[in-house]
Amino acid sequence: MHSNAYTFGFAAIICAVCGIVVAGSAVSLKDRQDANVRLDKQKKVLSVAGLLTDDEDVTPDEVQKRFTGNIQIKVVDLKTGGYATEVDATTFDQSKASKDPARSAVAPKNKAKVLRLPNRATVYHVVKDGELVMLVLPVEGKGLWSTLYGYLALEKDGNTIAGLTFYQHGETPGLGGEVDNEKWKALWKGRKAFKDGKPFIKVIKGQAGPVAEAPYEVDGLSGATLTARGVTNLIQFWLGGNGFGPYLNKMKSLAKMKGA
Amino acid sequence: MEHYLSLGIKAIFVENMALAYFLGMCSFLAVSKKVSTAIGLGFAVIFVLAVTTPANNLLYQYVLKPDALVEGVDLTFLAFLSFIGTIAAMVQIVEMALDRYAPALYGALGVFLPLIAVNCAILGASLFMQERDYNFAESVVFGVGSGVGWMLAIVALAAIREKLRYNQVPAGLRGLGITFMITGLMAMGFMAFSGIQL
Amino acid sequence: MAAKTKEILLDPLFTNNPIALQVLGVCSALAVTTKMETSVVMALAVIAVTALSNLSISAIRNYIPSSIRIIVQLTIIASLVIVTDQVLKAFMYDVSKQLSVFVGLIITNCIVMGRAEAFAMQNPPMASLFDGIGNGMGYGLVLLVVGFFRELFGSGRLFGAQVFSLASEGGWYTPNGLMVLAPSAFFLIATFIWVLRTYKPEQVEED
Repeated sequence: MHSNAYTFGFAAIICAVCGIVVAGSAVSLKDRQDANVRLDKQKKVLSVAGLLTDDEDVTPDEVQKRFTGNIQIKVVDLKTGGYATEVDATTFDQSKASKDPARSAVAPKNKAKVLRLPNRATVYHVVKDGELVMLVLPVEGKGLWSTLYGYLALEKDGNTIAGLTFYQHGETPGLGGEVDNEKWKALWKGRKAFKDGKPFIKVIKGQAGPVAEAPYEVDGLSGATLTARGVTNLIQFWLGGNGFGPYLNKMKSLAKMKGA
Repeated sequence: MEHYLSLGIKAIFVENMALAYFLGMCSFLAVSKKVSTAIGLGFAVIFVLAVTTPANNLLYQYVLKPDALVEGVDLTFLAFLSFIGTIAAMVQIVEMALDRYAPALYGALGVFLPLIAVNCAILGASLFMQERDYNFAESVVFGVGSGVGWMLAIVALAAIREKLRYNQVPAGLRGLGITFMITGLMAMGFMAFSGIQL
Repeated sequence: MAAKTKEILLDPLFTNNPIALQVLGVCSALAVTTKMETSVVMALAVIAVTALSNLSISAIRNYIPSSIRIIVQLTIIASLVIVTDQVLKAFMYDVSKQLSVFVGLIITNCIVMGRAEAFAMQNPPMASLFDGIGNGMGYGLVLLVVGFFRELFGSGRLFGAQVFSLASEGGWYTPNGLMVLAPSAFFLIATFIWVLRTYKPEQVEED
């Protein structure tokens, strides 16, 4: 039998040793982990913008180079649709902002089941030879099981879809998880997001046909009606008035002025 | 109110700990030979979940969350360690308290309590609570709901296994093998709940 | 000594498999086996944790006060798991994202705790280390078998490379949707047990 003092002392030593090991590994690996998270994000943005394919095996440096060479990060005020120049875009963290009561608000009830809406959001500009060619918007919303997080890429007209990708979700593999499927993602390209100024793009049941015949519809995922409905809801939400609507309207009128 | 009701029902049926997430499988398979023991373990799990999930919720909200304790300090990497510590300590305290104040209940649940400290359903509930950012009231409902769902599943399995004694099972499958198969079939049944929106 | 080490190391593979015979550590076996890649990483993580926890617990086994035995074991295991999780996040980010909470759930994987309590508390460090590796491998073996069938028949791939050409891409194989869902893991483990017990009839349970 050990004395109480021994027991306490032993517990204290174990705590100290374990604490040092855990904290040591967490702190020493933190930089690497952060770099991984950043790299992963950059890869996703590049891939939805068509600047990186999944089969390509690229070094982290190459990803970094392509990202800085082609993409500008902007922060947008969601209410006004203007750029929030007072915020440093490179360090702005949208997911952190949407949890901070000072920088976000409870979202109005919506089908995408987004609970909190940040005041400002990140937008990526894909730039080629100094000209804006594409907009990449972060989107999120509820599917069947989980929240889907992804990026939607629009052509510079703010209407034609250039790509869609989800980088995090917990949908059933093989059914709802097919939102990852390259073939299905390719179906979005070229379709139109808005009709008469309203977000109109949706995932239907069954086959939608080629872009020319069904500009506002995308094939359903067999066995995953609810995940597909979630995708429709979340995209319509983020393109709508509470999401990037005001910003996209500004971009559209800007594009029209240039065209005229 | 409606929100909590729907959360509870979701935790019991749609997102059943045992049959949708397959947590707490070790004791689920090992302690399901008889309905009476299954009920005992089931109550113990409900009890422990109802205590530990809210306790871990407070710990997370006020200590571990980024910026919770000291501005700019993120202690989330300690979540596993402190959650499991809370669970082990809670189980120990509950065991001692029961022994002292409710010997009858202790006699019924006593043997199961130490088992529960390493039941992944308990830790899983705390991790889900963290991931989904539940507040205190939600964590209470979620904890109890998950426990009820888990108990429902283990009692159902035990009932099936009791009846199974009268069947001719191929020698190699007897016992564990057939239990795995039944659990698989039950899980497929529970998949029918998936996607129910409340 | 050499023969004994070999026995400690290889026994858990077939003769005394932790999943098939001792019903330990099933939870995570189901969730991470949809692909070979995640199965392999998970198996390695579990081997590392069981081996190291057995080693360290066995090294201090004579000093642990029995009243706080369980919590000390849990603390050591949890610390090792956190370190493993951090290392995975730093060096294998993609895989760690897919494993998500299941790395954390190694803490409550009964294999680790079970071996610590049943073997490491009574045996010297080196034997415990081998026991940990052996049990980790026994667990990993089941994971790999299940992962192999689930990935092959569920999506026609192995380690992400297409093996069967899929019907949807003009090939001949229609993927079996059930295989990617969790219940299939139960059926596969049941079959594994069946095969094992037909081969080693002494493991058959009597009612």
